[in-house]
Amino acid sequence: MSTTISEAPAPTPVGTIGDSATFNNLASTLTHESAWLKNKRQECWDQFQELPLPGRKDERWRFSTRLSMDFNEYRLAGTPDPDAVEACIDQSELVKNPLAKLVFVDNHLVATSPIADELKEKGVIFESLTDGIQNHPSLIENYLFGEEAHLGSEKFIALHNALTHAGAVIYVPKGVELKDPLFIYHWTTQEQTAVFPHTLVIAEANSTVNVIDVFNTSDLQLPAFCSASGNIYAGAGAHVTRKVIQNWSYETASFQSDATIAARDSQVKTIAINLGGKRARFENQLRITEPGAHVTMHSLTVSQGEQEFDQRTFQSHEAPDAVSDLLYKNALLDESRTIFSGIINVKKDAQRTDAYQTNRNLLLNPKADANSLPGLEIQANDVKCSHGATTGQLESEELFYMMQRGIPKRVAQQLMVFGFFEEILEKFDTDEVRDNIRNLVQSKFHQ
Amino acid sequence: MINPSPIEIDRDKGNFSYETDYEFDAGVGLNEEVVKYISQVKGEDEWITDFRLKALNVFNRLPMPTHWASKDLENIHFEKIRYYLAKGQKPSRTWEEVPDEVKETFERLGIPEQERKFLAGVEAQFDSEAAYSRMKDNLEKEGVIFVGSTEGLKEYPEIFRKFFGKVIPTGDNKFAALNSAVFSGGSFIYVPPGVKVSQPLQAYFRINAENFGQFERTLIIADEGAEVTYMEGCTAPKFETSTLHSAVVELVALKGAKIQYITVQNWSNNVFNLVTKRGLAEEDAEIKWIDCNIGSRLTMKYPGVILNGRRARGEVLSIALANNGQHQDTGAKMIHRADETTSNIISKSISVGEGCATYRGQVHIPEHLKGCKNNTECDALLINTNSRTDTFPAITVRGDDNSVQHEASVSKVSAEQIFYMMQRGLSEGEAMSLSVNGFVNDLTKFFPMEYSVELKRLIELEMEGSVG
Repeated sequence: MSTTISEAPAPTPVGTIGDSATFNNLASTLTHESAWLKNKRQECWDQFQELPLPGRKDERWRFSTRLSMDFNEYRLAGTPDPDAVEACIDQSELVKNPLAKLVFVDNHLVATSPIADELKEKGVIFESLTDGIQNHPSLIENYLFGEEAHLGSEKFIALHNALTHAGAVIYVPKGVELKDPLFIYHWTTQEQTAVFPHTLVIAEANSTVNVIDVFNTSDLQLPAFCSASGNIYAGAGAHVTRKVIQNWSYETASFQSDATIAARDSQVKTIAINLGGKRARFENQLRITEPGAHVTMHSLTVSQGEQEFDQRTFQSHEAPDAVSDLLYKNALLDESRTIFSGIINVKKDAQRTDAYQTNRNLLLNPKADANSLPGLEIQANDVKCSHGATTGQLESEELFYMMQRGIPKRVAQQLMVFGFFEEILEKFDTDEVRDNIRNLVQSKFHQ
Repeated sequence: MINPSPIEIDRDKGNFSYETDYEFDAGVGLNEEVVKYISQVKGEDEWITDFRLKALNVFNRLPMPTHWASKDLENIHFEKIRYYLAKGQKPSRTWEEVPDEVKETFERLGIPEQERKFLAGVEAQFDSEAAYSRMKDNLEKEGVIFVGSTEGLKEYPEIFRKFFGKVIPTGDNKFAALNSAVFSGGSFIYVPPGVKVSQPLQAYFRINAENFGQFERTLIIADEGAEVTYMEGCTAPKFETSTLHSAVVELVALKGAKIQYITVQNWSNNVFNLVTKRGLAEEDAEIKWIDCNIGSRLTMKYPGVILNGRRARGEVLSIALANNGQHQDTGAKMIHRADETTSNIISKSISVGEGCATYRGQVHIPEHLKGCKNNTECDALLINTNSRTDTFPAITVRGDDNSVQHEASVSKVSAEQIFYMMQRGLSEGEAMSLSVNGFVNDLTKFFPMEYSVELKRLIELEMEGSVG
């Protein structure tokens, strides 16, 4: 049962995000933060100020439309409108009875449904970032902002790290298994709002955890800014699944930077569903630090209008005998653009690595534009590595086959497109979530 | 389990140089005076001098491409390089007229006289100027022009000026600009409409003087329906300091023409080999690059085809072998500019010891085109535990009914295969080189016979002692 938080959420200073006054005001209200974190945030803020916007010559931004943005157009929004909050809470129901959930609107925590007491007694933590920082300072110091991002969005990550206070801290102790998903919803409802969702997942040895982040908006035309970050620390033998459903407004500048660190024999699955944003940059880093890990990274993107989805991935194998498998599928409508750029990096000692990378683009309009930059950097010789990229249209023979069986052309096309998605959708393990996501994806075709 | 130590390879194949007294020497370093000197020595027309000087400006303006390429480029010291050396002789027409010591160099490189019997014409470039160039009479009768760059621009401007510097403009990249400023030597070929040159034309390049950069310029024009195959080989003696080779090769295949360009590059491993190669294929034309890179310290070479006319076809078949201290940074570019154009890229690389092989590619299909296809395959073989390979393709597709596919794989020689062959009585080394040859075999079978034999021999040589 979810609890709506009735008392006013902790006041956040209203101010534009490019302004040092905003940062300083925010810092002065976050009195519960440790000296370490305060310093860290200051460092990140300085870094944000110093770093330039990505230049035209930066290989990590190849094919991207030139970024020109004024951070002072966006602001940390004040308390959201109660009616809007209510509507958001009502719609934060991807499943009816989740194990637990948190709902944020414009960075404000508005509802929670905590985990059961017996799980708490076992040591499981599922708290908002603000609470986590207050209640578990040593855990935070060990893990928060621990993994360095290097795929090009350093400026946005620095901004995120300096300003984030909405998000979740998830900790699962040794051997504890949480089969059902934990949900974190983030909403944007106010014009020019800037949100900074943060998800930190720490799974100790042989634990199991399943997390779903949902990014949503009350209005598909709302101008907004998002810089999100999610980090997974999978301990030895841990099973971690994380899904991110990104459905921001079509006027959102979205930057998302995720990282996974996989220890011995851990199994990690990440799935990203990307639907929203005017331009959405998604960076996903994987670092396999110990042998035996098995990591899969999946993504499904539907782009339309003039949307631009810019995806950069990095699979780093630092230890031998591990597997990583990446599959990114993009369906492009209208005059939209996608960019996929991925690297598999196999270090010298990572023998017997199996690493795969596949990018499939389906062009549904001649004006759509798909770019593919799959890359391999291999320093070990006993490896199986491959990447593949294909770009094409719906197969005319398949279409013909269906049509001569009496299926109208439009329906046949739709069936084929939905078939293209199914490879990713079937990875969702519970029917309820899968059906909801399938409806959400398919709804993009009826607009 | 095979865990071989790094290979010691025979780098002495081209390790010899002869005292040659050069009549013309542009000195060390690069400035306007040097460029004017080169132009003057060659007795060039004013427009060529202007072209060179403009290129020098572009060269000085452009930055090094180190934001994406190897930092090793910073080790090129442009001010220490000699840009022009020549003995001042006119290109000789018969083998007998070639000076003896030059002849000796070529003998050692294995261009014996008897080979000329089936090579239609041989153009060998000794440092900057063509030492001899000879064409079979019947080709001349058919109107085929096969001359050096200086001769070509001087005597046939009406043919070559139209395309000179058009496929690869001066500002294309820093090294193309450098070549445009100081080029000398190379081959200019024109094949008239409908003429099919049945035997391959050949040229051999060699860098002799220490710290000398070689900047040959090649332009091949196949007129409507013509066909020609051109082969080049390159080698350099071993000197202690680094040498620069920066060529520009432009191919123009007019309607229905076919050009095949074959390179076997075996520079010694102190040469920076930074080459720009591009072809322009008109309607129904076909351009095929066959590119083997075995030598050099750093090779950066991405042969490309601009598919400019309907149904034009481009192909790049490439083999790279990177040994200790070598970086083979090769690839291909396919720029589709007309409907129903097709392109194919097959790249195979072998990394031995601490060698590094990189594939970089670009495939571009813009929005207004229909029915274009590209296929790209990159396979990499890693021999030793410390070998390295990278693959960086870049693919952009828009438009209607266009399709591309790209695949890359990385593997090693299978231990079972080696074991199988060894228990049949082969030594480990033999088994290894057989495996490696098997890996490139499906490519070499497309090569002209003598080149595929040559390549097999070179690979065997390189693989010698790679295991043990």
